[in-house]
Amino acid sequence: MKTKSVMLCGVGGQGILLASDLLSKVMMKKGLDVKKSEVHGMSQRGGTVVSNVRFGEKVFSPLIGKADADIILAFEKLEGLRHIEFLKQNGVIIVNDYEIEPLPVASGLAEYPENVIGVIQNTIKDTVVLDAFSIAKKAGSARSINIVLLGVLARKLEIDKETWYNAIEERLPEKTWEINKKAFDLGYEFIK
Amino acid sequence: MKVLLSGNEAVARGAYEGGCHFAAAYPGTPSTEILENISKYKDNIYCEWATNEKVALEVATGASFAGARALAAMKHVGLNVAADPFFSLGYIGATGGIIVVSADDPGMHSSQNEQDNRHYARAAKVAMLEPSDSEEAKELTRISFEISEKFDTPILLRMTTRLCHSKSIVKLGERKEVPIKGYKKDIKKRLVLPAHARIRHKYVEERLKKLAKFSETFEYNRIELNDTKIGIITSGISYQYAKEVLPDASFLKLALTYPLPFGLIEKFSKKVKKLYVIEENDPFLEMQIKAIGIDVVGKEIIPITGELNPSIVSEAFGKKKESVVIKEMPDIPSRPPALCPGCPHTPVFYTIHKLKLIATGDIGCYTLGALPPLNAMDTCVEMGASLGNAFGMEKVLGKEFSKKLVAVIGDSTFYHSGITPLIDIVYNKGITTVIILDNRITAMTGHQDNPGTGKTLMGEATEEIKLEDIAHACGVKNVYTVDPYNLKEFKKVLKREVAREEPSVIIAKKPCVLLLIRQKEIWPPYYVNEDECISCKLCLDLGCPAISMKDGKAVINEFLCAGCGVCVQVCPKKDKCIIQKKIS
Repeated sequence: MKTKSVMLCGVGGQGILLASDLLSKVMMKKGLDVKKSEVHGMSQRGGTVVSNVRFGEKVFSPLIGKADADIILAFEKLEGLRHIEFLKQNGVIIVNDYEIEPLPVASGLAEYPENVIGVIQNTIKDTVVLDAFSIAKKAGSARSINIVLLGVLARKLEIDKETWYNAIEERLPEKTWEINKKAFDLGYEFIK
Repeated sequence: MKVLLSGNEAVARGAYEGGCHFAAAYPGTPSTEILENISKYKDNIYCEWATNEKVALEVATGASFAGARALAAMKHVGLNVAADPFFSLGYIGATGGIIVVSADDPGMHSSQNEQDNRHYARAAKVAMLEPSDSEEAKELTRISFEISEKFDTPILLRMTTRLCHSKSIVKLGERKEVPIKGYKKDIKKRLVLPAHARIRHKYVEERLKKLAKFSETFEYNRIELNDTKIGIITSGISYQYAKEVLPDASFLKLALTYPLPFGLIEKFSKKVKKLYVIEENDPFLEMQIKAIGIDVVGKEIIPITGELNPSIVSEAFGKKKESVVIKEMPDIPSRPPALCPGCPHTPVFYTIHKLKLIATGDIGCYTLGALPPLNAMDTCVEMGASLGNAFGMEKVLGKEFSKKLVAVIGDSTFYHSGITPLIDIVYNKGITTVIILDNRITAMTGHQDNPGTGKTLMGEATEEIKLEDIAHACGVKNVYTVDPYNLKEFKKVLKREVAREEPSVIIAKKPCVLLLIRQKEIWPPYYVNEDECISCKLCLDLGCPAISMKDGKAVINEFLCAGCGVCVQVCPKKDKCIIQKKIS
């Protein structure tokens, strides 16, 4: 299998690193070589968080190059737009229709751009937009936004639910399994 | 068993499998998780957070003297602090195998510079290994102990951010138990007075020759022969980027990069038409290869500055991929890091800003106090610099200038290297005011214990070394501990102490808000009573990420607000306007 690249991006605190852990786990279970990369430290203090996950028969670079991501999974819409240069021509972007104001916006020094989703849709043919926050609440916990988004990703990657359930059970505490599996299902079934 | 490990986890695992007995470090991104993960093997490996990197290397050296296998880990600039013992250790060599891990930070994700620590191996004349993924990080760590003991040399294991924090698949092995050799006096080896050191230096030069020979046949220095039009010499993470972009080229992949295997390099150079060196930051390999008369292309096409990535390598070889062009791309506001909502550093910097003081700063989360709207830090040089920097300015510009000046340092940074400059201030008759931001933890690197927390890395209770006691012992008479959440009190003390013609230490003591939240100590959140808000925007001066303006009125994001209550004190209408939620 040719190496595939998924870029997960959003804002610190959205559960991005957990999501990329689960994705990596699933790909390992599928017998693939996996590399994942992110940066800790200063960049996490309220800043942008990016996780690169790459999988295939043999993966070399842990980093995704420009115009090299098969899928961008954006936990926050502005972050999706910020990282669009990494998307392959004809790549897929899955965008959570959710807004977190950067500090310069909150303090009135900059403006949050209007119609971010529309701008993305105008150029990227394969854009999936969803309100993962509301879907996660429907599943029982607003904190499961990341799992809802993984559900959508799983459908796009055409990987069976069972492997994902196993990864959830291995990685997360038992009391959250039911809600997270429901959140996953709702994401998985989002694309009809 | 195969598992997905970060480079740092893999180094820890390699230390475990390699029979390591002793490990020490001072936390620093991107190296911190090495010791955190070694502590999982505390039944087999004694491990500690040392006061600073110099101490970490000194205790590891002591462990090696005692015949144990030892490791000291640090970020690249940490090796500057530990450079003194590192150079001596170059002469002294190993009894028990000894590894110094340097985690460099190309791209400066979390550092003040991107120095290339490979130069240290050459300067201190010690063997260096550079892994290129987690599997190699584990294996090379394990093997390092053997090389160290065989050649009587410390090993510089050179990691970079991208290796430390990338995960890849690692095959786990068993731990090899190695007995601790015990201590045997040998002053010609370990007591480097000039007469001994002169003999030792000759020995070190001989050692380098032996290591260079070993480097020629070392299994991780290997030729991957493919299409011979292009030959690439590379090491570390750069190998992965080069392999990604040029899968059909021939490679000389190096892992033991000091001393270099010049025979192997020459052999490879004859097999390929055009030779390139792909390496991150400095032309470390390139200059040495050119020095023996082999023509290579390197820094002409690969930049010296910044972190390398596959896109840069693609572009260098004319294989740039075109990104999609977004129609009507708006300006995208940056998302800079910020002090957390409820951070106890915020009221300190707010007060410094309001009193229009000049502040020399230091290394930690609190360096973010320099950013708008707080704008409350003028300088940041390196760990512990704030005190000496302030005192030097004071000596040149005089006492009146010093009354507008304050040095700001964190608790862990103060233990690390703030004590000696404090003694300097008192000894040399200064009047400097020092604020120690005591948030009861080493916060920036992800909450490690330090000498002030009363707990060790191995989870044991220990003596809490009090900042007040240290300040007094250094000869400072004016030592005051204040709760920074109490804005009025903090301002009063700060104003009084900067005016005082004697040195002062103000300890702004309040646990990191992330600890407070966990303990539910300052909850519940606040909200704004819209009818009372007069749109004065004074609360925005705090730069709290939870506060913003909406339709001309201040709003507090209740999911972000930690409940510290500092904004209430700033608001002209106080608790009429900003009200704490009642939660039953």
